[in-house]
Amino acid sequence: MNKIKTIIRKEWAEVFKNRMVIFTVAFLPLLMTALPLGIIFATRDASTGTGEAIDSQLPSEMTQSMCPQGLNGAECFQVFMVSEFMMMFMIVPVAIPVTIAAYSIVGEKTTRSLEPLLATPITTIELLIGKCLAAVIPAVLATYAAFGLFALGSWLIVANKMLLTALLDARWLIAIFIVGPLLAVMAVTFSLMVSSRVSDPRVAEQVSMVIIVPVLAGFFGQMAGLFVLNKQVISVVAVVMLALDALLVYLATRVFQRESILTRWK
Amino acid sequence: MIHTENLTKKFGTILAVEGLSLDVREGDVFGCLGPNGAGKTTTVRMLTSLIGPTGGSATVNGFVLGKQDTDIRRTVGVLTETPGMYDNLSAEYNMQIFAELYEVQDVKGQVEKYLRMLGLWERRFDSAGTFSKGMKQKLAIARALLHEPRILFLDEPTAGLDPEASHLVREFIAELKKEGRTIFICTHNLDEADRLCDRVGVFKTRMLVVDTPANLRASVFGRKIVFHLCAADEGLASAVRKLPFVREVKLVENKLLVNLDDPEVHNPDIIRTLIGAGADLQFVGELRHSLEDVYLQLVKAA
Repeated sequence: MNKIKTIIRKEWAEVFKNRMVIFTVAFLPLLMTALPLGIIFATRDASTGTGEAIDSQLPSEMTQSMCPQGLNGAECFQVFMVSEFMMMFMIVPVAIPVTIAAYSIVGEKTTRSLEPLLATPITTIELLIGKCLAAVIPAVLATYAAFGLFALGSWLIVANKMLLTALLDARWLIAIFIVGPLLAVMAVTFSLMVSSRVSDPRVAEQVSMVIIVPVLAGFFGQMAGLFVLNKQVISVVAVVMLALDALLVYLATRVFQRESILTRWK
Repeated sequence: MIHTENLTKKFGTILAVEGLSLDVREGDVFGCLGPNGAGKTTTVRMLTSLIGPTGGSATVNGFVLGKQDTDIRRTVGVLTETPGMYDNLSAEYNMQIFAELYEVQDVKGQVEKYLRMLGLWERRFDSAGTFSKGMKQKLAIARALLHEPRILFLDEPTAGLDPEASHLVREFIAELKKEGRTIFICTHNLDEADRLCDRVGVFKTRMLVVDTPANLRASVFGRKIVFHLCAADEGLASAVRKLPFVREVKLVENKLLVNLDDPEVHNPDIIRTLIGAGADLQFVGELRHSLEDVYLQLVKAA
């Protein structure tokens, strides 16, 4: 456990010395917070009843699963619009740690610090967990902070407390507090696998970015009305992610071959 | 401290190390000499459990290679061929990370001890990236010693250093030798090996020969004694040649170069013979072949 902590502290000390990394970690969550808050702010008059004609245009699955009794059509539309951004909040824990994790192994190869590190009594699993958590924790904390800002902003903007409850229901909480970290672990583990296999940091970053594609597909799929992210779907996604993460962690330890990494790297 | 039997490493079809059998005793400084690509770094990597052998067996510090790898890594220190640092981090923090990974009890104390010992204490807050190559090498040696390993592997410890930095590193290795640590050095610097090593092995995929530098010189070239005379001629050379223990005599200007096995015993006989034959002897010395001559001879023959 102590070695894992040492690796985490070392990774953070290195990564956060770079101010651009701090900017990247902060910028995306702020953007993802500002967009839905802007929409809520722009449509805040909907709750007074001026937009009720929109009701008929909403997908029936959405009105059934998301809109509690008592909200008018315009308010449901507001809930729908903001719900679209739930997937954007899911992009934050995937996008932020990918670049950090993608560099973590291949970066040590290029600076020749990996061999002395592997010569210590650290085990492969300790090293990978340390590097994984070092990338996951800032991303998850940034997501939580962004969600906190979003919740606070919503509370300040939305007058109708029933609407506020609908915006910040269990779906959101499962998505932010369970699926978010699981997505981050998936992205980081995948990036570490890539980083273990390639010999150029640029290639590692490019290939690792592929992991964002399924999340973006989910975002656009939801926008296109292909599915609605209700509580059941989010719960299923959480269970699937948990299984996928376990599989990826197992694969990452298999892919991380000390010998190949040291001897094939020139 | 290090014992190997037929240790072999293949990378696909390429044989990197072939049947290495070796014993390095406690407190020995062992020099592994060999050309580029001879398998020296592969040997160090195997003996420090960084890579596994494909054949043979070895024990390091009493731990079995392949079975007690974490114990081996815990008890040996390694200076790798290209010892990278975390350049953005301070020298002190670089050391602290490794002290923690090596489970050192008194992290601060050990870091301070070795930074002071290698003259880096005043620069401890500076980023490792701002250090010169020599300073980085010293920092890497300090890093390898933090957990007080009984065995130290040094892969090209003075490669790329200027003469002053090389001298400092060599002095430090000599100090470590005095402390009784077992040191395994891979080097191209034969003068360095000659000065530091109790025994050397000439390596080219397999170990060609292992012995003390002096014995290697004697076994490859024999021992040559030079008798400086006021005037030398073939008659004096013939007189010496007749002595039963003399292997070879060469006349070069006013010098006789005599090849024999045991000069400490037989030099007085030769001197008596020369004086008896009317020679005026100026002085006597031993012609020392460099370890480089020995090395080149052995590698060429291989």
